Amino acid sequence: MNKWIMSLLLSIGLTISRIGKITIFFINISSSLPRVIFTRADLVIKQIYNAGALSLVIIMVSAFFVGMVLGLQGYDSLAKFDAETSVGAISALGLFKELGPVVTALLFSGRAGTAIASEIGLMRTTDQLSAMEMMAVDPIDYVVVPRFIGGIVSMPLLAAIFNLIGITGTCVVAINLMGVDSGVFWSQLISNVDLSDITEGIFKSIVFGIAASLIAVYEGYTCSPSAEGIGLATTRTVVSSAVAVLILDYLITSAII
Amino acid sequence: MKKIKSVEIQTGLFVLLGFAAIFFLTTQTTNIESYLNDDGYDVIARFEDIGGLTLRAPVTMAGVTIGRVEEIILDPEHLEAIVMLKINLQYNQIPVDSDASILTSGLLGGQYIGINPGGSFDSLIEGSEIEFTQSAIVLEDLIGKFLLSIGGD
Repeated sequence: MNKWIMSLLLSIGLTISRIGKITIFFINISSSLPRVIFTRADLVIKQIYNAGALSLVIIMVSAFFVGMVLGLQGYDSLAKFDAETSVGAISALGLFKELGPVVTALLFSGRAGTAIASEIGLMRTTDQLSAMEMMAVDPIDYVVVPRFIGGIVSMPLLAAIFNLIGITGTCVVAINLMGVDSGVFWSQLISNVDLSDITEGIFKSIVFGIAASLIAVYEGYTCSPSAEGIGLATTRTVVSSAVAVLILDYLITSAII
Repeated sequence: MKKIKSVEIQTGLFVLLGFAAIFFLTTQTTNIESYLNDDGYDVIARFEDIGGLTLRAPVTMAGVTIGRVEEIILDPEHLEAIVMLKINLQYNQIPVDSDASILTSGLLGGQYIGINPGGSFDSLIEGSEIEFTQSAIVLEDLIGKFLLSIGGD
């Protein structure tokens, strides 16, 4: 019994110390953010391409199906109250405020976060980071920060594209399949969605982008130099990002409402 | 001529697509016109009971939205609700003796203010007050009256 409590306390302590380590890492790299943006923009563009442009296909396909299933479920549930014309409004609010930013962040950490973590982890394992230091190239400036900025820039754009494709999916199911009148669909949607709903989603996606990218570069940079270490870093990136995103989502929502 | 890398083109396309999506979402899926088109004059109206009226609820005349509810406060002296209405500038011919009532759209829909025109030749201007108002119909009050009228027979 006592052993259980001790191990529980230990794991809580480890989690807290990990949050502390990630925060210190963030403070350490944040001083070089402006320097990298102004002097190494080419590296940042390459990383926006890696994190953003290459994630487009998975984001678009997922968004279309999420939108379609929202339309289907929304129509089915709302038809019980004879309110099936509100399906557009409800799907749009759900997408823009919650599903868009959250699902994009989860997919982003699975697609781009793992790539970043394993890439930096392999550099650590094969001593490339040490070699850079030997050549007086700061690996934080050259490797970590461009990937971090690339993730932060890509996330809100990916979330906006997710929202757009998602609502197209809802539109296809509700109007073409279920026969909701397109005029009523759009007028309900437009009169119920406020500008603040969209800015809330964009704000969330920026925060999630910071969290997911930070965890990915931290895990890669501090990965233990072995094949097993890279695997562990990749796994921890996805798990920690997912948990962080969902907790942050609740915190932001409760602060806004 | 400088050679353009395909990575740069694809990144540029991705960023443009992202901003186009944000632009589409903000302009096509919200009632952003009501934010941009905020030129108007303020008119106040006093109600005994505003029911479930909320900020930015529409103000309509003959079913056409002509303004929005700007502010709702409680008058500490008369213990009435003071509702500030912002009417769009283009509708500056509303008779000063018009009456305002709080109505409900649909059975469970949101509440809005409907204005019925009066017969005066003077128009409402910035700061004027709509004298004739009718409060929101509260369902419980209505049921109470109905029960009383049954009991009276």
